[in-house]
Amino acid sequence: MDLTFFVQQLFNALQLGSLYALIALGYTMVYGVLLLINFAHGDIFMVGAFLGVFASMVLGLPFVAALIVSMLLTGLLGVTIERVAYKPLRHASRLSVVITALGVGLLLENGMLALTGADPRSYPEGFINTTSFSIAGVNLTSVKIIIIVLAFVLFFGLYAIVQRTKWGMAMRAISYDKFAVPLMGVSQNQIISLTFLLGASLAAAGGILWGTAFPVLSPYMGLRVGWKAFIAAVVGGIGDIRGAMLGGLLLGFIEIYTVAYGKDIGITSTWRDPIVFGLLLIILVVRPTGLFGVARRQKV
Amino acid sequence: MKYSLRVLLILLVCVAGSVPGLARAQDGGEQPPIGAWDVCPTSENLPEEVFIGTVFGVSGSVAVYGEPQQRAVDLAVTQINGSGYLGEGTTLVALHEDGGSDPETSIAAMENLAAEPDVSIIIGPTLSSQAFAADPVAAEAGIPVMGVSNTATGITTMNDDPELDQYVFRNSLPESAVIPGTVASATEILGLEQVGVMYGNDDDFTVSGYEVFQQALEEQGVEVLREETFARGDVDFSPQLTNIINDEPDAIVVSALVAEAVPIVQQARQLGYTGPIIGGNGFNSPALFEQAGAAAEGVIVGAAWNVSNPSESSQFFSTAYEEAYGGSPDQFAAQAYTGAWLAAAAIRCADSAEPDAVREALAGLADFDSPLGVYSFDEERNPVHDPVAQIVLGGQFDLLTDETAAQAFEAAAAE
Repeated sequence: MDLTFFVQQLFNALQLGSLYALIALGYTMVYGVLLLINFAHGDIFMVGAFLGVFASMVLGLPFVAALIVSMLLTGLLGVTIERVAYKPLRHASRLSVVITALGVGLLLENGMLALTGADPRSYPEGFINTTSFSIAGVNLTSVKIIIIVLAFVLFFGLYAIVQRTKWGMAMRAISYDKFAVPLMGVSQNQIISLTFLLGASLAAAGGILWGTAFPVLSPYMGLRVGWKAFIAAVVGGIGDIRGAMLGGLLLGFIEIYTVAYGKDIGITSTWRDPIVFGLLLIILVVRPTGLFGVARRQKV
Repeated sequence: MKYSLRVLLILLVCVAGSVPGLARAQDGGEQPPIGAWDVCPTSENLPEEVFIGTVFGVSGSVAVYGEPQQRAVDLAVTQINGSGYLGEGTTLVALHEDGGSDPETSIAAMENLAAEPDVSIIIGPTLSSQAFAADPVAAEAGIPVMGVSNTATGITTMNDDPELDQYVFRNSLPESAVIPGTVASATEILGLEQVGVMYGNDDDFTVSGYEVFQQALEEQGVEVLREETFARGDVDFSPQLTNIINDEPDAIVVSALVAEAVPIVQQARQLGYTGPIIGGNGFNSPALFEQAGAAAEGVIVGAAWNVSNPSESSQFFSTAYEEAYGGSPDQFAAQAYTGAWLAAAAIRCADSAEPDAVREALAGLADFDSPLGVYSFDEERNPVHDPVAQIVLGGQFDLLTDETAAQAFEAAAAE
């Protein structure tokens, strides 16, 4: 088959997949520590993208500064949401927390709608270098390269934090046993806050990168993306950050290559989502815990 | 052709010689190059004042369209009276009612006009939804009503009673009439042989746009290499566009709403495509080049009218509008201006201010010189005139010609 075409689609898939992965990481970390599916995460991603617009339009910051400001502020927002909305419910039934998470999501969406209106936003021209160039017939933009590289850098940074630092060890420990670990002198609250801080700031990075690749920011942009990233996390094995990364990339690859080669076997691009989710269902049937998941025994 | 031209000439000479009003207008050099002066002789039996009503949304969110419409009608009325178009001693008077932004306000406005004793014809309302609600009021009162910005299907066949439909006209081209003309011009000027097509398949508007495109491409003998689809709310079109670009088409044809049009255009350019992109009516919005910026250069889209239309009557209108209001007119103004002239022509040809006589004369108008081009009504009281094909060049819509096309794609290739 045409190699240039394949490579071109490869970069399309890497771009989309690494964006999904950045968001999926937040789902998986929160689940790992709290066993909570944070359904507001897609909307935290949206807030991150809009804070980037604010930082660049109002404060006039360049890309890197806007990215850092938005990651910090969104991280703090994540911590605040946990403190205000989830912490009081830590001992309530799981269902109550999920409903609360949905409520927080709606609050963020409609709050942003009220603040900024329904007109789609985009980053100012010159916010990020958008040179297009062509290598051996493959057309690339600097944005695409930045997104892919940055997503992998952030992932490996997170992986290092989780595997190599004491904080990371504490996170893994709490994920393993949230009753025994506090007895060892680890502050459960601090670790949970750290988890939300990291997850939300990765979502903010995802949001800003998403907005530079697809410059139509709206208060509802987090909905569909959030679902897909959640599914990516589940497929990868929710609770495991390598799984989230792999799941996100896998989702991107299946989506793009369905459209790319589906036509040759009579499948139109409309089938993109049904095929993606059908394949994911099959993966889950074969491996219910996801690719990297470990089955846990639960005492009832 | 030659024969009818001669007949017209003879008619014109007879009319000019016999009617003092027209002769004076010609002497004064004030006769606007519009209004088909030769379609019928100057009226003689009109009362001192003839009234036309307008229902334009000049308040609320619609005002951005309604205000230029009302101004354009005022401009036309001034010219009609200044040139003695309706004969000596007859003045055309426009009665403006605010149609607001919602159907209810338009109904009330229409009722006010229908209650006036001497209104010959009503122009408006601004939105198709308002027309569906308010036009029956005029029709039932036996007054003809002409939409100048309603493009929805079925406007002129909205009533259950076909007798009432006879009173409903419009001069605004529906989308199905704009696309074939655009495709024909683009094929001729750009020499299209094969194209890739992309459309949103979950929306009535974009699907019907796609169907019209498909038919128009077939009529022009243009081969469709590949069809790709997307859904409303999608943001990543790069796999579909990569597929299309890989086939090396002469143009990409897209039927999308403006929300999807902008990222499609941007992503096509990012994937290295510099050729023409032909869009449906969803592309006919300044938001396209305001949001997509330089990526929008070379996008081709059809419209009923463009400010750079070179015809004499169009230039005459644009100049007069700019002189009067200090800004260049948009398509809404051009259509409203033409609407007012059509109404005046119907009154003149009917030689009567009676609504029924005016209605009959209006339905019979054909080959009428207007800024929109040579204008006629078809048997369903819909407009017949050539649409214009536009190309985005230098951050605005320009007429698609050999020159503008060469400029747009030279600039793109140089980048």
